[in-house]
Amino acid sequence: MAEHAPAPLGGKLLTPVTAVLGALSLAAAAVIVVRFIYGLGAVTNLSDGFPWGIWIAYDVVVGSALACGGYTMAILVYIFNRGEYHPLVRPALLASLFGYTLAGVSVIFDLGRYWNVWHMFWPGYSQVHSVMFEVALCISLYILVMWMEFSPTFLDQLGFSGLKKKISKLMFLFVALGVLLPSMHQASLGGLLVIFGAQIHPLWQAGMLIPLEFLMTAVLLGFAVVIFEATLVAVGFNRAMETALLAKMAGFMHGLLIAYLVVRFGDLILRGAIVSAFKPSLEAFWFWIESICFLVPVWTLSSPARRNNAGTLFAAALLLLLGGFLLRINAFLVGYETGEGWSYFPAFPELIVTIGVIAFEILAYIVFVKTLPVLPAQSATH
Amino acid sequence: MDRRNFFKSSLAAGAALSTGRARARETRSILPEALGLLYDSTLCIGCKACVAACKRENDMPPEFLPRTEQPYWDQPLDISGKTLTVIKVYRHGTMDKKDQEENGYAFIKKSCMHCVDPSCVSACPVSAMQKDPVNGVVSYDKDACIGCRYCVAACPFGVPRFTYDQTFPQINKCQLCKHRWKDGGYSACAEVCPTGATLYGKVTELKAEATRRRALKPGAATTYPRGKLGGPDQSYPGVAAKYVDRLYGETEFGGTQMVFLAGVPFEKLGYPNLPPRSDAATSETMQNTLYGGLVMPIVFLGALTYIAKRNVKDDEQGGHHG
Ligand code: SF4
Ligand code: SF4
Ligand code: SF4
Repeated sequence: MAEHAPAPLGGKLLTPVTAVLGALSLAAAAVIVVRFIYGLGAVTNLSDGFPWGIWIAYDVVVGSALACGGYTMAILVYIFNRGEYHPLVRPALLASLFGYTLAGVSVIFDLGRYWNVWHMFWPGYSQVHSVMFEVALCISLYILVMWMEFSPTFLDQLGFSGLKKKISKLMFLFVALGVLLPSMHQASLGGLLVIFGAQIHPLWQAGMLIPLEFLMTAVLLGFAVVIFEATLVAVGFNRAMETALLAKMAGFMHGLLIAYLVVRFGDLILRGAIVSAFKPSLEAFWFWIESICFLVPVWTLSSPARRNNAGTLFAAALLLLLGGFLLRINAFLVGYETGEGWSYFPAFPELIVTIGVIAFEILAYIVFVKTLPVLPAQSATH
Repeated sequence: MDRRNFFKSSLAAGAALSTGRARARETRSILPEALGLLYDSTLCIGCKACVAACKRENDMPPEFLPRTEQPYWDQPLDISGKTLTVIKVYRHGTMDKKDQEENGYAFIKKSCMHCVDPSCVSACPVSAMQKDPVNGVVSYDKDACIGCRYCVAACPFGVPRFTYDQTFPQINKCQLCKHRWKDGGYSACAEVCPTGATLYGKVTELKAEATRRRALKPGAATTYPRGKLGGPDQSYPGVAAKYVDRLYGETEFGGTQMVFLAGVPFEKLGYPNLPPRSDAATSETMQNTLYGGLVMPIVFLGALTYIAKRNVKDDEQGGHHG
């Protein structure tokens, strides 16, 4: 496997792409400054009818799920012992690292009384029955664990070889935690909705099954995002595709996708909630768009021929990403109603922050792969 | 402990879990000393003395209609970061008669229900929302609050409100005027209510009063207490009203410490039909099942560590390095 040894890509850091990404990040930073001076109301459309907007529903809930590539790859490589996927681990882990770190940072922008955030983990304040406590604890720990998992990549360059050795010895523990923690908080991110009860439309209020549905789709999103990133990296940095490897992985995805749909639709039918999907409403409309995003890949991924076609595989991954995104946005925003007369659509500055955070993530990813050994060395690709 | 043993004992712990300790969290029941309000919609004349008194006694700022040309007096349309209680109006058709569903109108109070099993308390990650263990009043501590607004989203009545327009925002909600107790005071809204539509007292006594009213024959002569049950007698003669057959707050989510009587169905007055089981109980049962005593996470971690230890090693021998 030595031919897969990762190496820095090298190359110029300032390109038109990175310049645009940098500009978007700066725009977001400007909005955030305004937010901290004039308050949340100055830059968002939040209200007491929609106390959570896209900074939570997208930046945290979707953002962290999109950052599940590292988690999914860790399951595949270290738990199911599929060493052949090893080349995918590092790039996936890097994307996860940024995704999660920024999701964690975004929370601070959204917290009204951010200076008290440490109360979350302070005995006497912590309220362990709160789903949010669990989410916050597991996400924070996972971010630490990921930096540990990723640290061998940069500790060498920083000249901490001794520390690197020690961390490498304990790597199995970080890997185990790196599977446990996301499993817990991805489930709990859905679990946040349970206490909203009937304020969540029946198409998404699956009660005790929400955590399972969110967990299964988080793993699916992890797979999808690895395909997505691998394809973009191949195209963007003009490298050979790992299609064979990805196609094989798509087999796992297919099985998991079917299992998810059995749970999702089984629950909707058993609860009778499926009926509301056939009544014309905004919720029903978005439910079907979401469902189509999950149903089409069932077909796409069912044949090895389609799985081995980089284009179709990419399309299937895109649909799954969209489906997982919609499930979360639908459950947290479209399907949330706390009484009549409230509506929400993100304000422009709110969108700027979300876009800027994504831009910053991509920017950081590009800088890292160019300067650190993340991607498998070019000469070794098939 | 070698890892094989660790794995085994983890499994044993898992088995202990599955043999079923009761982890279900039941809906809480009302505290014997619970304090609250009885609001009788049929007695309310919509004067909003309570709204004004609530503002004054809780130091809340006035609120003006958007684009109003008369920013002279407080004009809240709903509870908000600036307003802890409002009186709302139900209107239908010609609005001929009070407390009538068809072609009628009715008043309804909106403020914290002081739930028996509050979603806000269960949701709050930092114990900023607390339910008093004796009188059950649900209070808010802004010095603990992180401003996450999970309570706002969770409350089935849409009660906690946030001051989005402030640099250093906070939640505002009715705390039953607990700050007035030390001087022998009680809820300002009940104290000023001229008709006793809002009445303060122990929930057991408030419920007994509600039962008394519901048993009266509509139109019969009776008396209505005002202010505080068990306080100085301020009762006055009145006529029994016709109620819909329901004491709102008796069973909803295990009950609330603010209870309502009305002549118009409660759904029409903006109060949801809630099941007897609280969302807090469901949410905490889920949490306990998954994470109770950290049993499941530890078992899972044990198994994962065992597997990872084997596979990560293989991987390193296979040439994994940085
Ligand atoms: S009405 Fe809302 S804010 Fe008041 S106690 Fe109940 S859940 Fe909490
Ligand atoms: S906004 Fe404050 S009171 Fe409400 S749940 Fe968050 S921390 Fe608790
Ligand atoms: S009890 Fe006090 S805070 Fe609550 S509504 Fe009445 S006056 Fe306002």
